[in-house]
Parts: sequence; C-alpha cells; structure tokens
Amino acid sequence: MLTHQRLTPAQIESRLDRILLKVQKPGRYVGGELNSITKDWDKVATKVAFVFPDIYDIGVSNVGLKILYDQVNQREDALAERAYAPWLDMEALMREHEIPLYTLESKRPLADFDIIGVSLPYETLYTNTLNILDLAGIPVRSDERDETHPIIVAGGHSTMNPEPMHAFIDAFVVGEGEEVIHDIINTVQSFKRLKVEGSKPVNLPTFKRETLLKELAKIQGVYVPRFYEAYYLEDGTLSHIEPTVPDVPKIVTKRIVPVLPPPPTKFIVPNIDIVHNRVSVEIMRGCTRGCRFCHAGMITRPVRERTVEEVLQAAEEAIRNTGFEELALLSLSSSDYTHVLELVTRVGEKFGGTHLKIGLPSLRIESVSIDLMEKLKDSRSGGFTLAPEAATERMRRIINKFIPDEDIINTTREIYRRGWTTIKLYFMIGHPSETLEDVQAIADLCNRVLAEGRKVIGMKAKLNVGVSTFVPKSQTPFQWVSCDTPEQIRAKQSLLRRELMRDRSIKLSLTKAEDSFLEAWLSRGDRRMADVVYSAWKNGSKFDAWQEGQKYEAWMQAFEEHWLDPLFYTHRQRRTDEVFPWEHITAAVRKNFLFQDFRASLEGEIRVDCRLNCFACGILPTFANMRRENPGDVWKCPDVKSPLSTNTAAMSSLKLPVVGD
Amino acid sequence: MTEVVYEGQKATNPQDASQSRYYGFSMRIRITFIKQGALRYTGHLDLHKLWERAARRAELPLAYSQGFHPQPKMNLAAALPLGFSSRCEVLDMRLEHDIPIDDLPTRLNQTLPPGIQVMDVEQVDERAPALQTQVLSSEYDVELTEAVDEAELQQKIDSVIKSKAIPRERRGKMYDLRPLIEELRLRPDGKLFMRLAAREGATGRPEEVLDVLGIAFEGTRIERTRLIFQL
Repeated sequence: MLTHQRLTPAQIESRLDRILLKVQKPGRYVGGELNSITKDWDKVATKVAFVFPDIYDIGVSNVGLKILYDQVNQREDALAERAYAPWLDMEALMREHEIPLYTLESKRPLADFDIIGVSLPYETLYTNTLNILDLAGIPVRSDERDETHPIIVAGGHSTMNPEPMHAFIDAFVVGEGEEVIHDIINTVQSFKRLKVEGSKPVNLPTFKRETLLKELAKIQGVYVPRFYEAYYLEDGTLSHIEPTVPDVPKIVTKRIVPVLPPPPTKFIVPNIDIVHNRVSVEIMRGCTRGCRFCHAGMITRPVRERTVEEVLQAAEEAIRNTGFEELALLSLSSSDYTHVLELVTRVGEKFGGTHLKIGLPSLRIESVSIDLMEKLKDSRSGGFTLAPEAATERMRRIINKFIPDEDIINTTREIYRRGWTTIKLYFMIGHPSETLEDVQAIADLCNRVLAEGRKVIGMKAKLNVGVSTFVPKSQTPFQWVSCDTPEQIRAKQSLLRRELMRDRSIKLSLTKAEDSFLEAWLSRGDRRMADVVYSAWKNGSKFDAWQEGQKYEAWMQAFEEHWLDPLFYTHRQRRTDEVFPWEHITAAVRKNFLFQDFRASLEGEIRVDCRLNCFACGILPTFANMRRENPGDVWKCPDVKSPLSTNTAAMSSLKLPVVGD
Repeated sequence: MTEVVYEGQKATNPQDASQSRYYGFSMRIRITFIKQGALRYTGHLDLHKLWERAARRAELPLAYSQGFHPQPKMNLAAALPLGFSSRCEVLDMRLEHDIPIDDLPTRLNQTLPPGIQVMDVEQVDERAPALQTQVLSSEYDVELTEAVDEAELQQKIDSVIKSKAIPRERRGKMYDLRPLIEELRLRPDGKLFMRLAAREGATGRPEEVLDVLGIAFEGTRIERTRLIFQL
C-alpha cells in the first residue's frame, strides 16, 4: 500500500506535470472536461468520489455514474467528483512518484473524501477495485479502515451477489441508486456533523465507524456485509446466512424508483477519444422478455418507460449541452418500448440532416426493426446487429428466446436488400444441455444467412458473428446449472472456427475460455472467494477484462493458497435445495419463481412476454404499495387491486423459500 | 504529427485541390484561440473533434464533406505538440451559409471547456489557400522549472547560433536542425525564447532544441506565443 502523507492538489498537479508526457493518452488523467463540476471544497459538507474501476476511456460514458454524479452535484451540501483506474503505464509512474489516486475535478486524493462510490457492473473489475483502494492509500480490507477513512460503497449489477467482495466494501447498494444515494449522504452527514461539532474539545468522542455503518444498514437496499455471518455445510455449500446484530434486515431487497426521474442531459464531454462518444438516453428500464440466461432482464424489473416527449426533450437538451456526434436510445430491448415507432419517427424528424448519428441497439428480429432503422436512414450508425443467441429450436426453448430460423432468414435477407452490407449476429455457446449439434446449427444458420444475402446483393454481403460463452449468473433461472468444461468450450469453439472461417465474408469473434471462467467463479462465488480475489490481486492480477492485465495463473495460485477448488464454483450442478451465497440479497424476483422457470426450461417450455401474461415473479407483492401509488402505464406489470397493506407481510414472503419437488 | 524533414522540400498538400471546389456558397471563418491547462493533453485529432462539438453546441452551420463518412470542413494551422500550451492557435472553419460573426467569440466561449478560449473570430476569403500552407514559423516561450546555470546555458545557446549545421536523428531519419532555428535567446525573465520554422515539411521541434541545449524536457513548460503566416 502507498503510505504517503496527504498531498495537496497543487502538489499532485506538479508531480503529474513531470510524468504525464511519458504515458499513453495523458488526457485520461487531467480532467477539465466540459460539464464536469468542481465545487468549492470548503463550502460543501459531504464529498463523494465516484470511481469506475476501469480506464477513463470506458468509464466516462457509464450512464449509471452519470446519473449519480448529477444527483449528488444537484445538492448544495454535497459534491461529487470522478476517478478511474489508471492504465498500467500510469499506475507504475504514480507509484514511483508517490502520487495517490486523485479525482479529476479537484485533484484531491481519494482518501480526502467522505464516501467513495464504486461502480461494479461486472466481476472483472474486482481486482481493479482493490488496486484502486491501494493506489489511494486506503486499506483494502473493510475491517482495517477506521474513522479517518472514507466509507466505501459499491453498486451495480454484480452486487446482486456481493459476497466475493464482502471483505473490501463497507456497504453495497442493491438495485437502483437514484434515491438511495441521498439516503446514504444524509446518514453520513448526520455523523460527520457530529464529528465536526465535537472535534474542538479534544476528548469528546467522535463518531464510531461501526455505528455509522449500522445506520447505513438500516437504509432499504443497503447491505453492510460485516453485520452478517455465513455458515457452511461439510460439502462447502452454505447452511445459512444470518445477521449478527439486531436491526439489520434478514434479507436485503433491492431498491427501485417508482418512476424514472428525468434523464441526465449534462454529459461530460471528454477532450480525448473514448469508447462511446455519445449522448445516451435511457428510454426504458427492465425487460419483459424473460430470457433465462439474462441477468439484466431478471434483476432490473419492473419495466418502466419514459414518455416520447421526455426522451425527445432530454435528447435535444443533451445534444445542445454536449455537441456529441451520436445519440444512443438505450434499453434492454428497444423493440419492446411501447411507442418505439413514434419515438423513432420523431427523432428522425428532429435530427435528420444534422450529421448526428443515432443508435437504436437491442432490436428484435422482425421486419418492423428494419422499418425502424430505415426511419433513421442517414443518421443510422454502423451495421445491423441482431442477437438470436441460439440456433436450434430445442436451445431456443431452453433459454426462452424463441425466434424461428425462417424469421431470422427473412429479416436478414430484408436487411441486406435495404442497403446494409454487414450484419452482426450474436450467439452464445455453453447454454445448459447444449450439444455439438446445437453449435453446428449456429454455423449452419450463419452460412445460410450469408448465402441468402448473396442472392440479394452478391459478394458484397458480409456477416460478423460474435459468439460468447454463457456464464450462469445469480438471481436468474440458470443459477442452478453447471458451466461447460474448458474441453467442451474448446470443442465448440473449434467447430465454429472450422465451419465459419472458411468463408472470407464471415468474421468470427470468440471469447477466451479463461475469461468466462473468471466471471463464472465470481458471479456465483461465496464469501470464501474474497480471499481468492485478494490473493489474485496480490499475485499481480488486475484489469481482468484486458489481455494486458489478467493473469490466469495468478488466479489459479490464489485458489490453491486458500484450498479452494475453482470447479466447485463453475462445474457443479447445484442441488435444488441448495442455499446460495446470495440468498440474503434479492432482486424481488422470488427464488421459487426462478426455480419454476428453470424447471420450465428443462421441459422446453416457453414463457411469453410477461406484458401479455404475468407469471408472478415477485415484483408486485414486494412493491405492491409502490405500484398502487403509481398505477397504469408507468409500469408494464398489472395494476395492484388489493387494498393498501400496512404491515410488511409482502416482504416476509421473501424469506428463504424452500424449493424442490 | 508533423514530420521533421530537410528544409527546401516542396510542400504538397493533397487537400489543396479538393478545397478549390468549395467556392461561392460557403463562409470561411478563422478562429484564434488559447489552449492551456488540461487541454494541453488533447492532441491534434482530438482537437478537431472538440471543435466539431463546439460548433454543434453553438449551433454554427458547420459544413461537411460529401460521401459515406462526411467530415467537418475545418483546418488547424499547425499541430501543437502534446503538453504544450498556446496563446495563438488558429483554426479555419467552413460554414454552410453566412452568419453574423460579431458575437461568435462570446457564443463559442460559453460552450468551450475551461482550457480553450476564443480570442478572435474573423471572416477570411474562402478561396484563400489552406491555412496550414501559410504558416512560416512559430514562436515559443520555454519556462525552465528546474534550476539551470544561466552562464552555461548562454554558452550553449551561442554555440548553437554559431554552428553551421546540427545533424539530428528523429524517428530513424537524419535531418539538420540548424536551419530550422530562426531565433534562440535567453530572455531577462529567465525564459528561453525560440522562433522555429513551421513550414509544411520543415518544422522545428522545441524539444529537439532543448535536447541540444542539454535541458530535460520534463523540466520545462512550453508555450507557443505566436504563429507567423505568409501574407
């Protein structure tokens, strides 16, 4: 750990001046972007540093942090600044010159802040998170921090199973952050104020970190792992997890906002090229399709849409505020947005001829999608991307994403016909019970799509095929299943290479088997995995999503050091009555529902879009009062008719359900 | 980035020919701006993007090229090396139609990041040659952030001035730095002043001069103070 004295912003800047020209893309480390906010440090009570634990180029465009940055900076009594993971070259120089990790706005060390909010959307950022704390001179383990250290809070999709990070994070936010961030700030503020008032007379007691964390644990949607204990059975699975103190919830239910608040429009405009140079407007949150492999689709329920007016207004404002050359209308499934046709028509009218590119990702495979893209004619960006995910009827039934071959062929043929020369198709291998025949079908389908395309536009037709490896995630119907073994994955990948790389018009991209395993150990890992994460980082693993950083060997060594078997986490079919490490965390989709859906998958039974038929996933009973207060089109769930309940009976139904036959 | 090559090589600019096509119906404006602070670390290509966005924010009718990947029509006079600040960057921008330009500095400054500040906007003849072909030389102030022996430095400067040729190698190519140095002196305020050739294909780089003088690049702060154009 860097143990330096607290540097002032001026000292940090002067040290930076000497090293910045020695690193790639120094613009990552200097801030000064349009729409970034630097407040007067001494006039603000609570300081929050938001960290995206990957490089600037990826972190800046993260919409979640953008929302939170806005929320906090709107308060007069708080400020929010940003930090990202320095790339390897910069990190080495920072350590050499003893520069602690600092925020881009004020150039203050992270250790000067009251709260550090880390975004953890995926598992490959775990080692980076440890590295960032270390670079900031903050003890990596939660129990080694004292009252002088910031409170480390983490949120994002991967916190649906927070256990592998339980030793490093003080408090996890489960679910949506827009409201809970204010609750957290208010709580911290009430303690820190005590500290300021009491700090003059030397002997007056200041706040206790433990007490503050206990208060945070009372906020709905906040999980403070130090107040829970996990008990194991002899076979290494869990017996149970329970609170060690009174007053903290037995089960932490995710936080949601009843209605999506107005989207942020003052996006930070980087002064260097980054991955997504664009304005993003979230048009809808959640998804009703119920694809069984999809983590996001299970944990972001219920579906809430923004109005066309609101989206248009936000888009216009954001373009005016940023000057970005691209507008992305984001959701998990754009085609399912109720007013998608109207939205696209009006976006086309408003921005046509302005050299603005418009992105509408996640379209369904149907001809209507092409009509939508046609409306954006001149402003559409890039190729046409579709995600069939699987290529046999059996697999499609198992994963609950049923698109017949004929629909895929007809749609892609039509896309080629209407002027796109490149189509990108996404598939996954490693779905439960998948065989080589199912994988062969992916290759056959791709070849057919291209052959049909050639009939229409000849040899100009190109096809990009992306095939990733399925990783079972917590809180989904596939949380019980085993991953494919490395041998199975390699066999499937080499089949695809053999079948698809013969044709020069097909570009195939595959994910490395090792990358999937890293994700797989962690996505369903228990508390013991925290030691493995720690040792892997100590052994030199960081930037696990990057070839340059990840060290597979470091991970294997870490497993050995702690007598744990990686296969226990990946290649094991879970017992139907198994207690999962994330059992005390819920996305409000009940385990019973997930299990029924898993059973349905084994039977090859399709469940339709839940806008058409509610399958009682658990969202409505959990948030019944919220739904009652916000009836109608705001949610895509049925209305709640029952009278207002004043007790918490709804919540008690979430207590560890017993599943099985 | 501009390459340093032997002086005297004929400047050819492939854009010249295409630019002669834009006549009659577009307005060309010339923006002089300061680039400093965090923006010192924004390179030449990224700066183009920055101006394209600034134009969109200020609702200027920026002209674009035709074709499948339309590019905004703008030119920067001379690439500024990464890490340098400047008081005198110059950019030409073509607009689809005429607009009043009196309030443009204010309009643009309202939407620019803190490290960029517009000093002046003027309309120029749209048929004038491309901006980057008109630059002759560039002046720099070099602040020395580490203590140096001034007498010794002065001696080195004198010997540079007196020498007939300073053969240097850069990116595997040999060239003569001497003819690219038009002026070099230590100013009374302790800053080093240099005027270097900045013609297309014959551009002197301040860090090369510093190297000859035995001054470590990281111990300096360099600012471009003036661009000298062909009249």
